[in-house]
Order: sequence, then C-alpha cells, then structure tokens
Amino acid sequence: MTHIVLYEGPGAQSMQVDERLSLMSACLESGVRVEASNETEVDSDGPVCVIGYLDQDSAHSEKDNVQLFNLHELEQEEIIKAIEEKAQERKPWKPWFPVIDFDRCTNCMQCLTFCLFNVYGVENETITVANPNNCKTDCPACSRVCPEVAIMFPKYKAGPINGDEVNEQSLEREKMKVDISSLLGGDIYSALRTRSTESRTRFAKERDDERALKERQRCYKKLKEALDIPDSVLASLPDQDMIDMKRRAAMDDNQAEGGV
Amino acid sequence: MAEHKIVYCNCTYARIIEKDVKQAVLQALSETGVAFTAVPDLCEMAAQKDPELARLMSTGPVKLAACYKRAVKGLCHSSGVTWNDDDIEVINMRETDAEGVVKALLNTEALS
Ligand code: SF4
Ligand code: SF4
Repeated sequence: MTHIVLYEGPGAQSMQVDERLSLMSACLESGVRVEASNETEVDSDGPVCVIGYLDQDSAHSEKDNVQLFNLHELEQEEIIKAIEEKAQERKPWKPWFPVIDFDRCTNCMQCLTFCLFNVYGVENETITVANPNNCKTDCPACSRVCPEVAIMFPKYKAGPINGDEVNEQSLEREKMKVDISSLLGGDIYSALRTRSTESRTRFAKERDDERALKERQRCYKKLKEALDIPDSVLASLPDQDMIDMKRRAAMDDNQAEGGV
Repeated sequence: MAEHKIVYCNCTYARIIEKDVKQAVLQALSETGVAFTAVPDLCEMAAQKDPELARLMSTGPVKLAACYKRAVKGLCHSSGVTWNDDDIEVINMRETDAEGVVKALLNTEALS
C-alpha cells in the first residue's frame, strides 16, 4: 500500500500548519500511513507519494517508486482525492483479533479448543493467532476462557482485555474468573446448542412458545453477559457436523505429526 | 532516552481513543513541524505482518502514542517484531490527556 511523505526539507518550502494537518488527517482517515519529513531519502521500496511545495529540481524526482504531488501546481483538494483513491486498495476490515500476552500465557491451548472459527493455531508447539481475519468482530469471548488472562483485544472497551494491567480489581470488574463449566456445563457452545434443542423440543411438546423462547433468551442472555458475545456471533455458531469435522481434522493433523 | 523517533497511531477503525485527544495531538505535532510518522492503525499493521512495523519499532529509540503498552507489546510479538523495553516508550492515549501525550512525545528526557 502506498504511503505518503509530507516533505518540507531542502528543495521545498514549508506548509501552513492547517495545510499540514488536513493532509495528515485525510491520509489517516483513509487508512494511509503518512510521514512528516525533512529527509530527502525515502526509506521505502514500496510506492510512495511525496507531497510538498517542491522546487523544480526536487531531490525526490528521480526515484522510480516515488510519485510527486507538487502543491505549487495542484490544489490540496485534488491531492486529497488522489489519496482517497489510492486508499481504496484496502479491504474494509475492523482490525479485531486476539493478541496473546506471552508474559502470562502458559500454552494450555484452551483458547484453541474454544474458538470454533480457526483463529488460533499452533506453531513450533506454541499457541499462535494463525488467522486473525477469521475472528468475529467485537467478540471477546475467548479472552474470558483464558485461565491466565493472557488474551487481549486492544480495541475492547475495558481492561484488562484491552491491554490494561491485570489486577484483582479489574479481574473482579470484568468477571474474568467466571467459571464457564459451571455456568453452562462444559463445552459452552455445545451447551448452548443443547439448550436451544431442548427448548425447541419442549416448544414442540408443550406448545408453549413463550416458555421455550424465554428459556432460550435466558441462556443467550447469560452467555452474552458473561462472555460479551455479540448477537451476530451467536447467530453464526457452527453446527455439530462442522465441529465434528474440525475435531477430526485436528486429530488427523496431530497423528500426521506423530502425535497420539 | 536519546534522540528518538516519534510514532503516532490514529486508531482509525475504532472509537476507543477520544477524537479530541487524537486531534489535539496531531495538531500539536503539526504545529511544531517535528518529523514523525503517523499510522492509521497499528493493529492492522500487526495483523498483516507489515514489515514497516519492525522498521518503526525496532530500529532505535521510539516514542509511540497509541494505547496500552501491554497491548502494543503483544501486537509486536504477534508479528515477530523484536521488543526492546529500553528503546520503546508507549504513551497511552486512552488514559492520558492530549497535553500529557504531547509533552511525553516531545520531551527528549526519559519519562519513566
Ligand atoms: S487459553 Fe490463555 S494461557 Fe491458554 S494457550 Fe490460550 S492464551 Fe495461552
Ligand atoms: S495499537 Fe491501540 S491505538 Fe493503535 S490501532 Fe491498535 S488498539 Fe488502536
């Protein structure tokens, strides 16, 4: 992805503060990295756009990867438009994924077994976040099942999940010590499905729409409150076949690697 | 800390840092005319294992305005970037007001 250099070094005149600020903001809001620089050398092999009040013989002009936008010749709006066009290369994605604090992690692999969306993996026998893009936006559930409080989501609203220091007070506040097993009995997802099947059965037998619905809602509410799982994630839980497939695949992989 | 790089993370894709704080920090940096790098979202760089992250964080002293140090350290670890505690100072814009952030970024004396 292109990055921008706001150049005000030798061979260029200074910008107005407002000008510098609005170019800077436009880049950042479009998702483009920007440098305020006085260096004639651009330390990058990738595509770079240099913006500035550049003299005719600007030091940047000879480089292949550098495109010049001269404020002597172009309006600021034209340049901002060009930046926004370049930014369209980026796929829209809120960077939301678990980040492991390896000063706390004990490599117990509970997060690996808990997450059904293949976010976690194992590399050199160590837990890793293998597929950050698979993570469900705004779902911090796996951080709540980590016994060591080692999983962070930097964009989460509260500590210690957001990366704030782990202390007794924050543990209490975030109910990090919630015992998932006692909450819903073992595998939380299968418990959820069982509950929902049970409610459906009861619904069919008793023809009691309201009670069945209430039971499901109670269960969902409990989960949502304890783990902060968004509705969209609850709605997209994989079914039993998918989980079985995942389990078999993991076992096959393990056997192929010489595991038990 | 000796001569240091200044890096600012705009946390563009979330609203966890107050807009006023981000704007005031950017404004102050723009007013001083100091050289610095502003990245839209450090989390995204880490997820993409952007080589630029290593260039920013592990080539000499750096003062970074972002969020919690534990989070930034974890992000660097996740993308294989070496973390040198002596060289990296993280200024937390979730907890510090704009004035404090700017002071920490521009003050060449070690703060902690
Ligand atoms: S659950 Fe926590 S301690 Fe266990 S491997 Fe995952 S991050 Fe590490
Ligand atoms: S590192 Fe912190 S401030 Fe920067 S994008 Fe990630 S959550 Fe936002």
